[in-house]
Amino acid sequence: MIEVRDLTKRFGGVEALGGISFTVRAGEVVGFLGPNGAGKTTTLRILAGVFPPSSGVVRIAGRDPLVEPLACRRAVGYFPEYAPFYPELGVAEYLGFVARLKRIPRARRRSEVARVLAACGLEDVARRRVGTLSKGYRQRVGLAQALCGDPPILVLDEPTIGLDPGQVDEIRALIGGLRGERTVLFSSHILSEVERLCERVIVIARGRLAGEGTPAELGERLAGAQRVWLRVDAPAGAAAAALRALATVHGVVPADGGFHVEGAGPDLARTVGEAMRAGGWAVLELSRETLDLEEVFRRLVTTR
Amino acid sequence: MIALLRKELALYFTSPLFYALAAVFLALGGWFFYTNLSFYVLMGGMNLPLGFWQFQFFDLRQLLLVLVPLLTMRLFAEERKLGTLELLWTYPLRDVEIIAGKFLACLTVVGALLLGTGLHPLLVAPHQAVALGPLAAGYLGLALLGAACVACGLFLSALTDSQLIAGASTYGLLLLFWVLTWNEAAVGAGALRVLKPFSLFDRFETFALGAIDTRDVSYLVLFTLAFLGFTFLALDSRRWRGLR
Repeated sequence: MIEVRDLTKRFGGVEALGGISFTVRAGEVVGFLGPNGAGKTTTLRILAGVFPPSSGVVRIAGRDPLVEPLACRRAVGYFPEYAPFYPELGVAEYLGFVARLKRIPRARRRSEVARVLAACGLEDVARRRVGTLSKGYRQRVGLAQALCGDPPILVLDEPTIGLDPGQVDEIRALIGGLRGERTVLFSSHILSEVERLCERVIVIARGRLAGEGTPAELGERLAGAQRVWLRVDAPAGAAAAALRALATVHGVVPADGGFHVEGAGPDLARTVGEAMRAGGWAVLELSRETLDLEEVFRRLVTTR
Repeated sequence: MIALLRKELALYFTSPLFYALAAVFLALGGWFFYTNLSFYVLMGGMNLPLGFWQFQFFDLRQLLLVLVPLLTMRLFAEERKLGTLELLWTYPLRDVEIIAGKFLACLTVVGALLLGTGLHPLLVAPHQAVALGPLAAGYLGLALLGAACVACGLFLSALTDSQLIAGASTYGLLLLFWVLTWNEAAVGAGALRVLKPFSLFDRFETFALGAIDTRDVSYLVLFTLAFLGFTFLALDSRRWRGLR
């Protein structure tokens, strides 16, 4: 449904996209991951028709947006980051406006607005002004306008950003409910969210493709690396030397009276603990550290 | 386009700004009407070169200059600030339709306000016959001048995400077109011949006198179309450069 080949985008002298290629098949829910500034939003905006690429090929349901812009835009429902809205318009009034802009015939307009209101749980606030709604509701209004007109493809930019956990769950359930019926490409910088929702993940970093596969495949690739935090009662230098001598340890970084120990294998903590015991030192703290996302991406990029 | 027109009108009629502007416009229009009328009733015996309605039209022209930038400044600047322009670009909608929808919505509002001044001839009619021809010419002139001002404001609003900058620059540009030939002595005769045709507000004078000169009609229409074209280019260029 979505095909992208060698996509580049330059803003003046700044290269936002350095040539990325991927495809999204019909009915797939695909996560688009990357650190901030990786080019996620730029890619999604190009797909939604906000602006054209500098070079490269885009096909939306087999059509070229440069040749048939209106047909492509009709096929795509787009949710922009931060869900912009007109504060003065009522929810139903706004969605009616969107339905008209998307050229839904008059006869079906009312039922279409009712459908998306129900799908996004907005019936109770249909008459309220968008500006008076909470962030979670506004986000749902943004999703409702994307769903309006029942487009086969949905492009969602960070649909859960800035929401509290309960609201995040609701939005995720909503996206999960679209599975199979629509082709969904949504961006996120939260790995677990993407893991839960997507069959496939595309990772980009610095405007280039950094990885692609099922969440399990990407997870495996990352399982090779682990990090633990260690504080130990040992003479200066001795513990570090003992750690560096271990075959599975790749790096030891002293910090705050302890060490960040990086290494391979699922049993890194056990290996480190046993090495300390062998040295006769008391372990004060030993815990597994989760790699933050920036690091996951950095690894994905550098391990290629 | 109709959908966008309706949305713009809905936004105008739900905003307090519109009602404040309408109140100012109609109150000042009424004040001009009252003072001009008193002037004529009291001094009617003097051999004045211009009629009552001419004075009235010149005053309304001034009001139009005050009013229009405040109505046009939000058209694109606000959408850009809110980020909704990005969304608009993802709907199956041509840029031309976006521009036409906004232009026509604003023109409708200006038209509605001008219609409000239609009360004045109605008040005079029972006491004194009102010549309909010249009156119609005057209102046509006001409408065309209004369209030109709206197009100019629309263009400047498309260039910025600040309503204040859009409004201020519209005042600047419209004033420039007005005062182009203000000080006729300061510009040479040759320059005056070149500048004179461009003076937006001079063009209105023939309308106010009750005449419809096709040269003035075509100038105002071309001025409007040119600025609508500039708006299109401004949007298109910003879009290609990835500016929202």
